Amino acid sequence: MSIVYDFFGTVLPFHWADYKFMINALIAVLLIAPLMGILGTMAVNNKMAFFSDALGHSAFTGIALGVLLGIKNEVISLIAFGVLIALIITRVKNKGNSSSDTVISVFSSTSIAVGLLVLSYGGSFSKYNSYLVGDILSISKNEILCLFVTFAVVIILWAMIYNKLLVISVNRELAASRGIKTGLYENIFVIMVAVVVMMSIKWVGILLINSLLILPAAAARNIAKNSRQYLSLSVAISLVSAVSGLLISFYADTSAGATIVTVSAIIFFITYFIRKK
Amino acid sequence: MASENGCGLCKISVKNIGVKKGSDILLSDVSFELHCGELTAVIGVNGAGKTTLVKSILGEIQHDGTVGFESHHGEKLNKITIGYVPQRLDFDRSAPVSVEDFLLVGRTSSPVCFRRNKKISAQLDEALESVGCLELKKRKLGELSGGELQRVMLVNALYPLPELLILDEPVSGVDAQGSEKFYEAILNLKHNYHMAIAMVSHDLEIVREYADNVILINKTVLKSGAPKEVFESDEFKNVFFTVPEKGALL
Repeated sequence: MSIVYDFFGTVLPFHWADYKFMINALIAVLLIAPLMGILGTMAVNNKMAFFSDALGHSAFTGIALGVLLGIKNEVISLIAFGVLIALIITRVKNKGNSSSDTVISVFSSTSIAVGLLVLSYGGSFSKYNSYLVGDILSISKNEILCLFVTFAVVIILWAMIYNKLLVISVNRELAASRGIKTGLYENIFVIMVAVVVMMSIKWVGILLINSLLILPAAAARNIAKNSRQYLSLSVAISLVSAVSGLLISFYADTSAGATIVTVSAIIFFITYFIRKK
Repeated sequence: MASENGCGLCKISVKNIGVKKGSDILLSDVSFELHCGELTAVIGVNGAGKTTLVKSILGEIQHDGTVGFESHHGEKLNKITIGYVPQRLDFDRSAPVSVEDFLLVGRTSSPVCFRRNKKISAQLDEALESVGCLELKKRKLGELSGGELQRVMLVNALYPLPELLILDEPVSGVDAQGSEKFYEAILNLKHNYHMAIAMVSHDLEIVREYADNVILINKTVLKSGAPKEVFESDEFKNVFFTVPEKGALL
């Protein structure tokens, strides 16, 4: 790890690079941002913005479960509950019921309420406040290593199932007629989203995590003509907003997550008007 | 020209197909045969069960009866490749998916957003050329006209090369020129690859011009045979030319 710090210390002769926490945060966003950019493309294609919003909110219950069960590392209960809720919502969505948005909303609000109920017991919610907006500057070396492993696994899985997901996103019936197990691939995808969202939620915050997933892809979609442009633009926009957002937040003394999301929102509106032209 | 195709399939026997939805009977006791090198048209009024029949053959819905495949030499085959061109593909037209992306997905396992294999790309060009739409390769799927989209769907259905090609109202809502180009491509396939083609159609003129056999259905098979034979039958007249009796509309 010290090699990494030396490396960044040499290539980045800036004031902010003197701080270890800034280098940690930079490495973290360099891992999280491309993942969000990649997964976001399919989430937007499959109209899952609302789904991932509900998924983010379910983190409240995930943390609460960890507290109730006495699990020290809350990431474990976060991921477990996130995966569970992702699979349940996908199942409900695929039932083809027109009111699936209502059902997703019910899951979303229930998991917020139950989570808050447990966490606020005895008036102690304030210690979980950091989960709301996240704090990327507090990320540790081990946590970065975990992120790195997640990064590698998700990229490999993604490359393996990308083509299948693309056909499914065009038309499910057509994909099924080609012998693609649509349910299986969709489940693998939502599990990947759940894991990445839950791994990053502590650093990005429950309130902002969905924007990080959806905004770069939505911006790329405004101007992309094919799948290659879509994916590369989404990753590029995600990286640019993450790195510039982090640095702006350092100098402007603002919340890193909020600044990152604001930058990507600005990029979204720019691409939106480019498309309108 | 081949006299039989890859696996030597000769005929598809549909026997006693029945489909129920709740207490409604959508199809009952439907039996017929499809032969290689022939275009069989399935005709009938709206709600006669044509699309339900297609879905039964594709194995997408539960049904009674059997769909069996037999080789040139009379042996039973377990599975054949079926190519399917849906009626009208319902998809998000704003999706950034190009024709090339869409068609490469079935041909390669490496992600289509990465660099492409030259050999596969050349094969794709050839396939697009064969239905006269090579120039559509780089276009966005959502920007295509109805006729263009159906020809792209045809290219999609032809890989891997199917023994049976099913077309469900392939050119409804497509202009005359687009429709003609589409059927030219179909005739080409029938002659060059000797495949069995089943087509659901509303357009009786098209059926008269292109079909070798016609099956008239209304929940069950009413009449089947050569186009002329079916079109001149009483069953055909009853289905398509029945004048409502006096007072029936009151």
